Amino acid sequence: MKSAALEAKSLTKSFGDTLAVNELTLAINKGEILGLLGANGAGKSTTMQMMLGLIKPSSGSIEIFGQDLEKNRIPILKRMNFSSTYANLPSNLTVWQNLLVFTGLYHVKHPRQKMEEMMELFEISHLKKRVTGQLSSGESTRLNLCKAFLNDPELLLLDEPTASLDPDIADKVRTLINRLRHERNLSILYTSHNMRDIETICDRIIFLHKGGIIVEGTRDEIKQHFKEQSLEDVFIHIARDGELINTKAKPQS
Amino acid sequence: MNPQVIVALVKRYSFLYIRNPVRGFELIFWPAMELLLWGFLTMYIQKETTGDFSTFIRFLIGATIFWDVLFRAQMGVSISFLEDMWTRNLLNVFVAPIRIKEYLAAMFCMGVLRVSIVVIVMSVIAWLLYAFNLYAFSWTLIPFFIMLMTFGFSLGIISVSLILRWGQAAESLAWAVPFMIQPFSAVFYSVDILPKVMQTVAWCFPSTYIFEGMRELVKTGTMNWNAIWMSALLNLVYLAFAAGIFIWMFTKARKLGLLTKIATQ
Ligand SMILES: Nc1ncnc2c1ncn2[C@@H]1O[C@H](COP(=O)(O)OP(=O)(O)OP(=O)(O)O)[C@@H](O)[C@H]1O
Ligand SMILES: [Mg+2]
Repeated sequence: MKSAALEAKSLTKSFGDTLAVNELTLAINKGEILGLLGANGAGKSTTMQMMLGLIKPSSGSIEIFGQDLEKNRIPILKRMNFSSTYANLPSNLTVWQNLLVFTGLYHVKHPRQKMEEMMELFEISHLKKRVTGQLSSGESTRLNLCKAFLNDPELLLLDEPTASLDPDIADKVRTLINRLRHERNLSILYTSHNMRDIETICDRIIFLHKGGIIVEGTRDEIKQHFKEQSLEDVFIHIARDGELINTKAKPQS
Repeated sequence: MNPQVIVALVKRYSFLYIRNPVRGFELIFWPAMELLLWGFLTMYIQKETTGDFSTFIRFLIGATIFWDVLFRAQMGVSISFLEDMWTRNLLNVFVAPIRIKEYLAAMFCMGVLRVSIVVIVMSVIAWLLYAFNLYAFSWTLIPFFIMLMTFGFSLGIISVSLILRWGQAAESLAWAVPFMIQPFSAVFYSVDILPKVMQTVAWCFPSTYIFEGMRELVKTGTMNWNAIWMSALLNLVYLAFAAGIFIWMFTKARKLGLLTKIATQ
């Protein structure tokens, strides 16, 4: 299947005795939002950071846009982007200065125009002269997302992007991400501990437990599989009885 | 190498100084204090003793400025990196399509900017207070400064590598790196003052040749080109060594997952 934006095969990462990611095989299709769920320490961030080339896998391979990540990191990174609540933009620069710097780093063609457009989209135009460190956490989350869209990425990795948003803004951001995804045929890998997030925008969900896939499918398939009413119940079910679940039972769409 | 990327990184580091005048002040504060201290000390010695100290004063003031060229070049590199670390921006930088050589080139540019500002300020102070004209060295300053800056860059890269590998624990070590070589480099005295063993070590540093060369020029008026060439040769060795260490530590950091840890700590 060559329509995948990203394909990871038997991805494994151990840090000393800790097996953070274990024989993980997954694909993100073009135009798809794939949700990565799992308890704290399940290996979501490690997986994402391997996909960004920040962490070298112990074994396994990652292909993005059909190219091997180890060998083509720079051309691949040009076409993707990343946003997370734990990666801030420099707190001592203004919003405008920060975005300007990143348009340069991502070789953006018409930087000022692009910045205006993105700030408008994420409703932070009025903050452009503000120092980044003074923004509220919700505002800086939107700035991070703004940065992530500067280079018109084809693949977006979002690690808990809505962690500090109020319900209203979180809803707006979800709607916006979803719209942009449709407009641009964007592929997204999305982690979150907010089940609302996952339910509303993910096309497909993968549950991780101790670095391995425990179940994957659409949210309805997964709920049916575990005979639970909500994803939240499924989450708790897996977090508590992860070991007991037969990992072979994967509902496929 | 993509100049757009380098310009963007240089902007990122210089915006800090434009936005915040206190930082500009910090940039010139220490060099100015050093110069005041050493300058007045030598004037005092001259007053209290007989003998002619005029060349001695020129040695010391020249040495103070020359030392700062090396030191500020090292700082330009390591502070830029620390700046990204302190503001938790490293992750964003590392996931952008930036080549290591572009990142290093931007840090070098910051080193050159820092050194230029510091040298201009120090030369003005030295001229006003001690009638010391740095520019009397004229074009010989160019080879001298290039050698000192190159060595400063190598030391800066080594400092950054230590921080990459050992995180904040290595931060103070990074500050200390230039001062580990200072006594050996014969900055304020000639190499033959050192005990024999230390002399051998001293000749392993490219900076030693420059400080000796500077004193020779002040004393005899002749430029020792052999010293410059030796310094250049050693600089190449150190640069290669520093690049090797950096790549080694970077690879190690990727394996151990340290990039994200030091970036988000
Ligand atoms: N650099 C590292 N060195 C050692 N262990 C690490 C490192 N990075 C992650 N780990 C370990 O790997 C496991 C997976 O961590 P990871 O950050 O991927 O989890 P996560 O699913 O993102 O969790 P959370 O929901 O808390 O963000 C954890 O046990 C963690 O302690
Ligand atoms: Mg995580």
